[in-house]
Amino acid sequence: MSANITVSDLSVSFRSARGYVPVVHGISFSIRPGETLALVGESGSGKSVTSMAIMKLLAPAPMTRIEGRAVVTDNQGNPVDLVALDEKQLRHIRGNRIAMIFQEPLTSLNPVHTVGDQIAEAIRFHERLSKAEARRRALSLLEQVGIPEPAKRLDTYPHELSGGMRQRVMIAIALAMEPDILIADEPTTALDVTVQAQILGLLRDLQRKKGMAILFITHNFGVVAEIADRVMVMYAGRIVEEGSVLHVLSSPRMPYTRGLLASVPRLEHAGLGQAELGTIPGYVPDPAAPPAGCAFHPRCAHNKPGICDVEPPELVEVRAGHQLRCSRWQELCLEGGVR
Amino acid sequence: MTTAAAPLSVFATPAWYQNRTLRRFMRHRLAVMGTVMIALLIMACVFGPYLLPYDDLKIDIRHRFAAPFTGDHYLGTDALGRDTAARLLNAGRISLLVGFFAMVISTVIGASIGVIAGYYRGWLGAVLMRIVDAFLSFPSVFLVLVLAAFIKPNPIMITVIIAATSWMEIARIVETEIRSLRERDFILAARMIGASSRWIMFRELVPNAIGPIIVAATLTIAHAILLEAYISFLGYGIQPPLPSWGNMLNSAQQYLGKAPWLAIVPGLAITLAVASFNFIGDGLRDALDGRSDLK
Amino acid sequence: MTRYILNRLGQSAVILVLVSLIGFVVLNLAPGGPLSQFALTPGMSQAELDRIAEQLGLNRPLLVQYIDWFSRLFIGDWGRSFRDGQSVLAIIAGHLPATLLLMGTSTLVSILIGTWVGVMGAVRRYSVFDTLATVGAMVALSIPTFWFGLVAIYLFSLNLKWLPAGSMYTIGDQSIGDYAIHLILPVMVLAFVNVAIWSRYMRSATLEVIDQDFVRTARAKGLPYRRVLIHHIVRNALLPMITLAGLQLPTILGGALVTETVFTWPGMGRLFLDSIGYSDYPVIMGILMFSAILVLLGNLMADLLVGLADPRVRLG
Repeated sequence: MSANITVSDLSVSFRSARGYVPVVHGISFSIRPGETLALVGESGSGKSVTSMAIMKLLAPAPMTRIEGRAVVTDNQGNPVDLVALDEKQLRHIRGNRIAMIFQEPLTSLNPVHTVGDQIAEAIRFHERLSKAEARRRALSLLEQVGIPEPAKRLDTYPHELSGGMRQRVMIAIALAMEPDILIADEPTTALDVTVQAQILGLLRDLQRKKGMAILFITHNFGVVAEIADRVMVMYAGRIVEEGSVLHVLSSPRMPYTRGLLASVPRLEHAGLGQAELGTIPGYVPDPAAPPAGCAFHPRCAHNKPGICDVEPPELVEVRAGHQLRCSRWQELCLEGGVR
Repeated sequence: MTTAAAPLSVFATPAWYQNRTLRRFMRHRLAVMGTVMIALLIMACVFGPYLLPYDDLKIDIRHRFAAPFTGDHYLGTDALGRDTAARLLNAGRISLLVGFFAMVISTVIGASIGVIAGYYRGWLGAVLMRIVDAFLSFPSVFLVLVLAAFIKPNPIMITVIIAATSWMEIARIVETEIRSLRERDFILAARMIGASSRWIMFRELVPNAIGPIIVAATLTIAHAILLEAYISFLGYGIQPPLPSWGNMLNSAQQYLGKAPWLAIVPGLAITLAVASFNFIGDGLRDALDGRSDLK
Repeated sequence: MTRYILNRLGQSAVILVLVSLIGFVVLNLAPGGPLSQFALTPGMSQAELDRIAEQLGLNRPLLVQYIDWFSRLFIGDWGRSFRDGQSVLAIIAGHLPATLLLMGTSTLVSILIGTWVGVMGAVRRYSVFDTLATVGAMVALSIPTFWFGLVAIYLFSLNLKWLPAGSMYTIGDQSIGDYAIHLILPVMVLAFVNVAIWSRYMRSATLEVIDQDFVRTARAKGLPYRRVLIHHIVRNALLPMITLAGLQLPTILGGALVTETVFTWPGMGRLFLDSIGYSDYPVIMGILMFSAILVLLGNLMADLLVGLADPRVRLG
């Protein structure tokens, strides 16, 4: 089965007073229809920048530099590289073949337009149809995302809805054109725990029905366990571990992943509790002045001078479909630090 | 009391503040330009009249309406043959002085009302701010004209009248600033060590609100110069033979076709002075606002 | 919404009372008070002055006078002109249309141009256009309006002879085209400053909106650039501008007064100056009070408009 999106060697740098600072280094992945890939990392790890770069929502060319490829299928069924497209061509793909939902549903909706108008708008600029027809489609979308009394809600404004309802509206907007790929950037972080679970359930149901690929960005391993098939851990702009949820969550090999997982209260309750990520000492390195060798070594409990701070480790496959980036992973395995 | 409060005052205006502010100000090209222009203008108005060959009041009927740059009258002469350059510089003294002192008076009024309204809030603050609103409901030009027409105009009264109608903006700015400042830790600390309200208001709050006050004061000079020019232009401001930039324009209108320089020269002087103060104000706003460092 | 309106009405009423107090104080500031007009008349004896004072009720305590004056304001008795005995309100009503025509046209022009300049400056922040617009606006705000009017008359009327130098119409013509030609110069002069103000505020309002999450959502939907700009960015940036337009009203009104004096425009500004020349206190006070009430009403209307334009206020 061919992938809905294939990202290869994607790099992003931001312009600063002292030249371009790389924040994402050569990321590659692909997502198949019906599959959910979770992208996990602390804030500042580059996970949101990756998603915004794929959508081309970052500041334009001189301010940011995007390299690599992000190939999706356009309306005619031809592969297109989003990185190479200009704004005009992009607009036929965005919101159509690839859609996105965000962390803050309140600020992500326009306060002065009704919910119905904002959904209809997402359809009417991709498809020629009457206002009445667009409104009918908006109504059915509200129904699909499980909003009670959808006919009434069409003419309400975002601030009149609860956080969970707003996020459902955002999902309705994103799914308006039945995209192949949905990027969800921490869509449940701003919500109550119970509402979180509902939204995750909704996304799973909709994915089952429509068969879209989901790139799910989060810092919460509980949510990962809940929704993802595969997981990709990001640190300082690089993928440091990637594999099936089963592999990575039950036997993480990279010390950073283990640190993140250790900070989740208990896996059994995950999805209900917000993960606390404060237990790894230190901070994400400054992208303008990255440490030599492995980017994680200054914070790593297994740091060995002379190895970790010399050569940046490559991404290696430790078993089928499980890759990681650590100079000492074999030793650590033997030490029993990792099962 | 003094010993206890002294460290707080140091905290209020840290030493690096001045330097960083100055550095940011110097980076603002227009503001630097404005400062240089104002310095030159003041020097010209102070020393210029002594260096010019003609007195500003000397009437010379034979040389009426001399065009600029032609004879030995650098900027030409007016309907009475008086030297425009000499009149311009002497008028500048009056106009700049009126602008400056109107700023001083209105800043004192505005800042006092703003501080009191912001500090006491409650009904006193509400009433004071409604009075500010009421004053702001009148177009300031209307108020100034009525007052100037009612009161015998001399430079001091004109200054007072302009100040009396220009203090509201500063009051508003200061009130907002004080209201947010008064909840801050160092004010609470001052209150805990038993500082009096007056001490807190004028020794702790005002120094911390000084940035916005300076900015508003600079813009008030610009505003006052414009107001003076307008009422003098209409004949209700500075009275001849004392020249001001405004009353030089008063007679210029009727000779517009014959001697346009009589209108153009003082108008340019007003624009130059007002623009310079506006540029300085803008530069000060950027310089005193720490956030502009992020860019 | 009703509570919001009532609240605003209450505040306006308080300010109105304060405005009337200021007006009354100003009135009594005149040398000799409201009687100074008669005091200047030659051959007027003190006895006669006292008689007039009694007739006009000026010998009563100030508080009584104020209450009387204020209640008369309410019932529409704004006094009679010293000049021709006409009712003050009627005189003002006669001059109001000319002022409204000038103000309305120039405000419309400046909002259109100012919005465009402000939005373009914000969209292309720090571009050559933005820098020029910023510096240009600051210079425009520094030019005395009346002087700019004189220069405009000199250039376009005396030199180029394209446009009339003043007044509202040619006697005997008064066609729409004739009005329009007379409008151009004063509107241009008055709009010059207002464009500067409006574009500055519009620029910062747009910058506030441009980085908001919902703009990102609009782009993620795949909307065309113009749609994102107009429907999402400008639509939201205009909200604070409504309040601002209300707050700018005194400035616009003052600007109109200044412009009218230069272009001999037969509006309230002209009337005001003439009345000052004649020490016609009832008319002066009338215009002063009228303009303040106009400003208050304008602010109130702006607040109501914000309520209509912003759904968050409408229900709050």
